Amino acid sequence: MGGVRVLVGTAKGAFVLTSDDGRTDWEVDGPHFGGWEVYHLAGSPVHPDRIYASQSTSWFGQLIQRSDDGGKTWEPVGNEFTYHGVPGTHQWYDGTPHPWDFARVWHLAPSLTEADTVYAGVEDAALFKSTDGGKSWDELSGLREHSTGSSWQPGAGGLCLHTIIQHPEDTDRMLVAISAAGVFRTHDGGATWQPANKGLMSDGIPDPDAEIGHCVHKLAIHPSRPETVFMQKHWDVMRSDDFGGTWTEVSGNLPTDFGFVVGVNAHDPDTVYVVPIKSDSEHYPISGALQVFRTRTGGNEWEPLTKGLPQDNAYVNVLRDCLAIDALDPCGVYVGTTSGDVFASADDGDSWGPIVRGLPRVMSVEVQTLP
Amino acid sequence: MSPDVTLIRVRLPAHLRNLAQVADELEVEVPGVPTVAAVLDELEERYPVLRGTIREHGSLQRRAFVRFFAGEEDISHDPQDQPLPDAVATGKQPFMIVGAMAGG
Repeated sequence: MGGVRVLVGTAKGAFVLTSDDGRTDWEVDGPHFGGWEVYHLAGSPVHPDRIYASQSTSWFGQLIQRSDDGGKTWEPVGNEFTYHGVPGTHQWYDGTPHPWDFARVWHLAPSLTEADTVYAGVEDAALFKSTDGGKSWDELSGLREHSTGSSWQPGAGGLCLHTIIQHPEDTDRMLVAISAAGVFRTHDGGATWQPANKGLMSDGIPDPDAEIGHCVHKLAIHPSRPETVFMQKHWDVMRSDDFGGTWTEVSGNLPTDFGFVVGVNAHDPDTVYVVPIKSDSEHYPISGALQVFRTRTGGNEWEPLTKGLPQDNAYVNVLRDCLAIDALDPCGVYVGTTSGDVFASADDGDSWGPIVRGLPRVMSVEVQTLP
Repeated sequence: MSPDVTLIRVRLPAHLRNLAQVADELEVEVPGVPTVAAVLDELEERYPVLRGTIREHGSLQRRAFVRFFAGEEDISHDPQDQPLPDAVATGKQPFMIVGAMAGG
């Protein structure tokens, strides 16, 4: 079969884009679930034709859709996400206690080893696991019930668990990231969790030892060197070489270290991509010029990638799940924007072009490299 | 149809019609006294995909942006175990599940 399949979640449905290894001609299929918000789609690494999609609206709530034929047909599976026990409260924006209340699934992470196992990160922040292909969901409640849970506060987008990193060599080890609580890690398959934020510094909490309260936007690893984790934080690009034990800043010469996405090249664990955004009060690139930045040294030394990307009037954002990287050689890099465009590079980021334009606001981009 | 079963006409909003793969209006056989809760119980039994989309899992509370109408009458805030108005119970009018108006 070969080729790549790009899964695009938007504010008004899901789109499936396919191309051969050349990645020059694209077929666009969609919208699926038209009119619904699709926060995320993700394919199983074990069974690539199995794809999960998070479909929701404020009106009719949450659905999980599953495809077993690469996105051609879909079946609604389980949509009951019930917190264990009496969920209690977290902090609201004003610091008052606020009841834990399920809103939506932000992120889906199919297991690296089991086709029927998939994780879901939700708002209000919690981690759920399904072992029956999404039909039923159980909360890994040790995370939400961590002693700091009642102190977690939402970021502007809500108290969302938006990132799930599975250690490729040890299924008991995972990292998750929550806005704006920070990173947590488990060494026992999700039964117990520890904050993993040592070294992060955030406005309002300058203490580098602050256990929680950090607005982490995204994490990324390379499977060949999984102890090394890159982070795009609200401000700062960070790096850990001990699976989140400690963090050091690697923002280096970036023009701004605010942003949402981070991704690692499929063939070089020191090649990392980010998309700098001007500031947290102006969610668009500096001067309306969309630039992807690449380091080949594991951070600190960054180069702008602009060829083929709009350098005028691109007052767009690239949301946290909107950067994806395929495993072809040279590897492809994909970026989705809030203005509904998906740009791709088939040469490690050197040059870019749109592969689809005019979609609804892009909320997630994932890519599958097909066998 | 058993004499203690009432046939209730039900209209769903477009998104839920697509989800359940049904036409504009459907009929639900409701045992006993027809109430909002009884209609929704039967509807969800027949179309499990609708569970959680009209009322919350667990609490079975109406979702905030979903409204219930009996003909032209908004009965969203009536107790869900209250008998439906005669016009709905006799089939003259449909029980309507409506997505709250929003936009801009």
